[in-house]
Amino acid sequence: MDWGSLNPLSLVATMVVASIPIMFAATGELVAEKSGVLNLGVEGMMITGAVAGFIAALETESQVAAIAAAAAAGSGISLFFGVLTQFLKSNQVATGLALTIFGLGVSALAGQNYTGQAPPQFSPPNFGPLGDIPILGQIVFGYDYLVYMAFLTVLGVWLFLNFSRAGLVLRAIGENHDAAHALGYKVTRVRLLAIMFGGATAGLGGAYLSLIRVPQWTEGMTAGAGWIALAIVVFGSWRPWRVMAGALLFGGVTLLQLNLQAVGLEINAAYLSMAPYAITILVLVAISARRSGKSADTPASLGKPFHSSA
Amino acid sequence: MIRLEPRLAPSRIWSFLAPLAAVGATLVGGSIIFSLLGKNPIDVLLTIFWSPLFDPNMSAYARPQLLVKATPLILIAAGLAVGFKAGIWNIGAEGQYIMGAIAGGAVALAFYPAEAWFIFPLMVAAGALGGVAWAMIPAALKIRFNTNEILVSLMLVYIAAQFLAAVSLGALRNPEGSGFPGSRNLQYYDSASNPELLAGTGVHWGGMAAVAALACLYLLMRRHIMGFHLRLAGESPRAARFSGARPALLVAFCLGVSGGLAGLAGLFELAGPSGQISIDFNVGYGFTAIIVAFLGRLNPIGILLAGLLVALTYIGGEMAQFMLGLPRSAIQAFQGMLLFFLLAMDLFLHYRIVFRTGAKA
Repeated sequence: MDWGSLNPLSLVATMVVASIPIMFAATGELVAEKSGVLNLGVEGMMITGAVAGFIAALETESQVAAIAAAAAAGSGISLFFGVLTQFLKSNQVATGLALTIFGLGVSALAGQNYTGQAPPQFSPPNFGPLGDIPILGQIVFGYDYLVYMAFLTVLGVWLFLNFSRAGLVLRAIGENHDAAHALGYKVTRVRLLAIMFGGATAGLGGAYLSLIRVPQWTEGMTAGAGWIALAIVVFGSWRPWRVMAGALLFGGVTLLQLNLQAVGLEINAAYLSMAPYAITILVLVAISARRSGKSADTPASLGKPFHSSA
Repeated sequence: MIRLEPRLAPSRIWSFLAPLAAVGATLVGGSIIFSLLGKNPIDVLLTIFWSPLFDPNMSAYARPQLLVKATPLILIAAGLAVGFKAGIWNIGAEGQYIMGAIAGGAVALAFYPAEAWFIFPLMVAAGALGGVAWAMIPAALKIRFNTNEILVSLMLVYIAAQFLAAVSLGALRNPEGSGFPGSRNLQYYDSASNPELLAGTGVHWGGMAAVAALACLYLLMRRHIMGFHLRLAGESPRAARFSGARPALLVAFCLGVSGGLAGLAGLFELAGPSGQISIDFNVGYGFTAIIVAFLGRLNPIGILLAGLLVALTYIGGEMAQFMLGLPRSAIQAFQGMLLFFLLAMDLFLHYRIVFRTGAKA
């Protein structure tokens, strides 16, 4: 084994990079769940964003277009879920699964001619002299635009949920949709917007995978990242900063596993590849073991259908 | 103005009409996708739904394939239906399918090359147990810690897939396979193989098991107190508790049954049509079976018909891929769309649509 090849600075940087897809997706799902909607279609929205961003990047060579396409595609496909669950009152669990199956199929269809191609390289933001600062330059100022967008999304969601009137309304709807409805808030409209926001961020998370992290397009390339994002929301107790921390932690685990493979530890690579999923299970168990019954953190109306009788 | 009025009881007519309407809507939606891909939608639909069954050149190959593909779908869906009725969501059937196949396959390979009558029954038992064991992980965590079974069962699919890769390259690799990944082919090992029972039909022991599973599903749901508790738990967990249902038992039962049937499906597929443990052994039956269970409205006869229909889209999809150059993934999108439309049609089951003018009196 060659532990010397592990450079602590680049480890931090790759940990951040590895956490971004899940951070994006989990933050969006957090908003949807705070409004009382359980969308299990994160995986489907992510992969749709991944393929849309990839195609847009190849066709336009424009970073802005790629990012916009990924967000729009994720958001667009989330509307299927939104319309079905909000207007047609379908079961949220089943509809989320349908969204995942559909998203995997549609993305494979859309991306069939793009497999194996390399996406254009986008230049990261230039922080000028800041980037030359030792240590900080690498672990703070050395990333792509999407990385900063992910952290800003977490910050924005935190500010929105805690310090804005609209955020308060959204949380009220998630806690008790009947009471919120009685107060005159538009339950269905707010939830639909929350679902679309979740779709957009999941799309961005997917695009980060296909454009920067991997970077290429292959069918089913999200490989469960969307499901892990769902687990991270639970892990983070529906709080933006904790969700961010969960995503970073998870990035660390992924990275550790990849590095262990790289240094040639005497374990079959397949067993190491199980690590992220096994650790997600352990985290879920740890979280649920700590709570008895339904936690106070869980939005009270989560997953329940809303029907206004008036 | 259009208004939704909840029905007191689900509409009986719509419970029959909804799947048909969903299939109809999917045909229309699919036609749009096929046209966008630059294919003539009528040609594609005929290739998918007609030629596998009735085209003289194709049907000799395709008809047996119908039952080969429908068998695992029906077996898995029958198990999933039990849990879905009770609101217990095992979506990791794909993982249980893999583990069942590995467990059963390991038994066969342990006996190789001995020939004995008891090897195949032992494999069947091991296959079911493998699936049950894998499903007991989310069940135990759900019972003990109230951990979400959806996420755990799904994570276990990825772990099972990695395990499959590990054993195909390692413990179960064919020692005479000149280094290629994958186990010995059980089709050439008489005591362990699961051959076609009637030549040209595609029926193997799995088909028998699928029919038996559907019969048991019917008896369980309609004739046994457990089925009553399961249905009650799905509609109102509180009422179920008052009627004497034990939630922990229900969780273990639902995951156990669905895991066991998925494991069986994996074993029969391994010993039969597939033949060997290899990295690409699983092809997504565990996920597609979710669609089959819903399309069949969680009802035995419905699941039988739904399994055949979805199997037809697989075979027809292969033909359309071969003859018309339709991408393989188009069928996956088609199946996903089918599930969307089905769920949308549930609206009519639970709500009455009222057209009215003016305000409520």
